[in-house]
Amino acid sequence: MSYLPYALAGWIFVVGLYGVVSSRNLIHLAVCLTVMQSGTYVLLLAIGYKNGAAAPIFRPSHHPAVDPVVQALTLTDIVVSVTVVALILALALAAHKESGSVNPEEIADFSG
Amino acid sequence: MIGFAIAGAGFAALVFWALVGLPDFGHYHWPYGNALNAIATPERHATNVVGITVFDYRGLDTLGEEFILFASVVGVSLLLRKDPEEHVPADEVRSDPIRALGAVAVVLLFVLGLWVVAFGYVTPGGGFQGGVALAGAFLLVYVVGGYRQYHSLLPHSPLEMAEAFGAGAFAILGFVGIVYAGAYLGNFLGLGNAGSLYSAGSVPLLNWATAIEVCAALVVLFSEFLKIYMLPAASWTPEEGPR
Repeated sequence: MSYLPYALAGWIFVVGLYGVVSSRNLIHLAVCLTVMQSGTYVLLLAIGYKNGAAAPIFRPSHHPAVDPVVQALTLTDIVVSVTVVALILALALAAHKESGSVNPEEIADFSG
Repeated sequence: MIGFAIAGAGFAALVFWALVGLPDFGHYHWPYGNALNAIATPERHATNVVGITVFDYRGLDTLGEEFILFASVVGVSLLLRKDPEEHVPADEVRSDPIRALGAVAVVLLFVLGLWVVAFGYVTPGGGFQGGVALAGAFLLVYVVGGYRQYHSLLPHSPLEMAEAFGAGAFAILGFVGIVYAGAYLGNFLGLGNAGSLYSAGSVPLLNWATAIEVCAALVVLFSEFLKIYMLPAASWTPEEGPR
């Protein structure tokens, strides 16, 4: 009876969310978003875990293995996370070029 | 702050409600994962079930993912587009031991990347992981050699072509699957022997297409950001250094 990995996933998500909400710097915000997304990796892998099972790599014989689908999903998740962070950082650079600031509140004041 | 505390408490309650509905940690009982584990090796002669899930059973998801990667790299390239100016490398690695060790590390990392890609459907690894390692080898050229070496090693337009080729090859291999296997991204090659490089049918081709795309995409991203870091010749003075 253990829900600890799920609680950990929720905790990582909320910590990242707090960073996003309280962020005063677009670079910091991108990093917090990555932390948030890490919570989803933990959740996916925790759901696919099976007691006493090994990685789903079968050689030479068959053995109990964890769910390969959530691992494939996590792989997708990580790749998307990396590319989205690159896009956000490029947007932050563009915003800095326009307004001279990476603070979202100061950038909002420019609005025009 | 108070708003976040209230929203956080509400979210925590929702998460707790959702957790109660999940099965106990370690008591996995859904059929899809178990079915894949049972049939992947007999049916596709692949020993890495995660790899075969990515490139065969859920190949369509991976196609979408490839195009997310492609679209975001195109977006970054557009956002960071600069006027063609003379750029001065504002950094230089002068330590000979670091350069020598670095050259060895670049070669080792590149070979490791190729190995991770090549055995992606046999042992842990695959096009995504190996592609990242390959891109890391190129970035290491910049770290131990400086921008000039990095730039001369990586001409820009072939790189962007390689990225488009990787994404396009994946999509086209899907159509080949329609012709020879009756379904988009169907497995159309001989299955070979499980546990050897000749196994898993057309998955090796998709695997290499992904590796080329991921590697090229990440190197394009590095190049775009490094280009920003390199200052135009006019605005850089040797005394001040960059910035």
